[in-house]
Amino acid sequence: MTRYLVSRAVQTAITLALMSFVVYLLIGLMPGDPIDFMIAGDPKMTAADVTRLKAVYGLDKPLLERYLAWALQALQGNFGYSRSYSQPVLAVLWPRLVNTFVLAGLAFVIAVAIALPLGIWAASRPRSRSDYLINLFCFGGISTPPFWLALLLITLFAVKLGWLPAGGQADIRPGTTWWAALADRLRYLVLPVLTLTLVQLGGYTRFMRGAMIEVLRQDYIRTARAKGVPETGVRWRHAFGNALAPVLTILALSFGGLFSGALITETMFAWPGMGKAIYQAILDNDYNLALVGLLIATLATMLGNLLADLAYAWVDPRVSIEQSA
Amino acid sequence: MSDVAARPSASPGRLVWNRLLRHRLAVVSLLFLLVLLILSLAAPWIADLRGVDPTATDLFRRFEPPSAEHWLGTDDLGRDLFQRLLDGGRVSLLVGVSGALLSAVIGAVIGVVAGYRGGRLDAVLMRLTDGVIALPLLPLLIVIAAIDPRKIGVPVELAQSETFSLYRIIVIVALTGWTTVARLVRAETLSLKARDFTRAAQALGARPGRIMFRHILPNAAGSLVVATTLSIGALILLESTLSFLGLGTQPPAASWGNMLTGAQELLQQAPILALLPGLLIFLTVMAFNFLGDGLQDALDPRSERRL
Repeated sequence: MTRYLVSRAVQTAITLALMSFVVYLLIGLMPGDPIDFMIAGDPKMTAADVTRLKAVYGLDKPLLERYLAWALQALQGNFGYSRSYSQPVLAVLWPRLVNTFVLAGLAFVIAVAIALPLGIWAASRPRSRSDYLINLFCFGGISTPPFWLALLLITLFAVKLGWLPAGGQADIRPGTTWWAALADRLRYLVLPVLTLTLVQLGGYTRFMRGAMIEVLRQDYIRTARAKGVPETGVRWRHAFGNALAPVLTILALSFGGLFSGALITETMFAWPGMGKAIYQAILDNDYNLALVGLLIATLATMLGNLLADLAYAWVDPRVSIEQSA
Repeated sequence: MSDVAARPSASPGRLVWNRLLRHRLAVVSLLFLLVLLILSLAAPWIADLRGVDPTATDLFRRFEPPSAEHWLGTDDLGRDLFQRLLDGGRVSLLVGVSGALLSAVIGAVIGVVAGYRGGRLDAVLMRLTDGVIALPLLPLLIVIAAIDPRKIGVPVELAQSETFSLYRIIVIVALTGWTTVARLVRAETLSLKARDFTRAAQALGARPGRIMFRHILPNAAGSLVVATTLSIGALILLESTLSFLGLGTQPPAASWGNMLTGAQELLQQAPILALLPGLLIFLTVMAFNFLGDGLQDALDPRSERRL
């Protein structure tokens, strides 16, 4: 087990190093650099100032040299400053990571809590009317552009009905008591969580349904039925656990992806999370913030992968972790 | 009994087609997509016949309601909405289909080589695939979409042309699609390379390239078609998202995604401008998903005896 975890940690470190290099290169290829923004902001700047500033920021050096300098600093835990926030990058990203965790976590838990029973329900009556309707609903969820869904929800619930705020995180002055503040926070969470839940729901339900149907075809299920095990027992005691293994893998994988995948939802509802921060940083040429944000998102996805593998081995004892290491 | 013997045996393609026709949603989807394809390909002629120029702006005639001249009214710049939707449809279909084909080619080559060669090459290729799957794709694609083509030596005129922006978005969406195909084809290859016809080809001295591309890939065609159809839908969604964010298809070229960019502000004034492009994305993606699902059922012999 330890050996496995160590080897996974090494793999993660290598991926992150590669990723940081590639992203550093790509960001270097984006139009403009920080100095261009300063020139635009200060018309009195002379050519000599520009050269001096480029030297101060190290932008006159070749790309590879700049990357190595950055990496050396990063290894010492110094990830630099965000240009647009004038704060250390980690100080900017930490609260956003928490916000994304709240948003994505809630949406994920709700989506899973609905999708698993729904998928099992559909799988136990294949080709029935309810299976057909659930399938239709799932396809609808998979096919909806998330930004359009957000747009419709904002129009309906925030603009027309005025029930919920269209975006943001909290009122400027949320009530005095702690529960009033909490209720206020929750009001702001409803629409983004709803969007993110609906976007995921269809896929998860279809995975659960597919896995369950696959398992219900197996010989041991026929044996259990032949023995006279009641249908509920067959479904929950014999089938569910076996169908869960592949579904858990998919779930853990997508949870890791949510840290950046919530980008659209966060942007549409002005929710100050990781995805929105990375997107904004790319638009603002905030190199450090975009780079570190992407690395954290990669790390989250890879932890999701690790969780997926561990979950698989936990649910299905036939899978040996040591072998796959 | 004699009846069965008298019936001419149908070709496998015919069988799949017949099974697909029994899938009602898939048939409806196929018809919808065909109509959409024909209309969007014929868009320039339709514009000529109607006597409207989809690119002509008229600021005195913004947000007009539907009329005989402008079937669906005009947008915020006074352009004909119907023609813009058709133009946008052409971009969406083109990007989705070419992106999916490109990912299918990349994925099929990587998958068949990894599966057939095995060993260290397989390990390297599959690590690469897993690595790409583990990346935070959306923000990474945004970075790639934001890079300045001039900095990688693309001449200015080319970089600003509409064709270049189209190719670029196709390549960008294809970068995400190939991983699924690669894993699928590799799995199929592993089982196909142990089959007798492959062994026979090997015994006859066929070169690996011939075995991979003439014997193994055609036998994996079914799942390849299903995966490609499903990925068209996913890639159209991705293109619309990137275009919505202003990083995909660049205006003045229309795409369903970039038609929605300003729609949030327009919702009060002209809801139709925000509803129609989104609805078309939704319906098109859904149609490709239904079609893929139908093909999967039609190609999977087990679906016959499915409970």
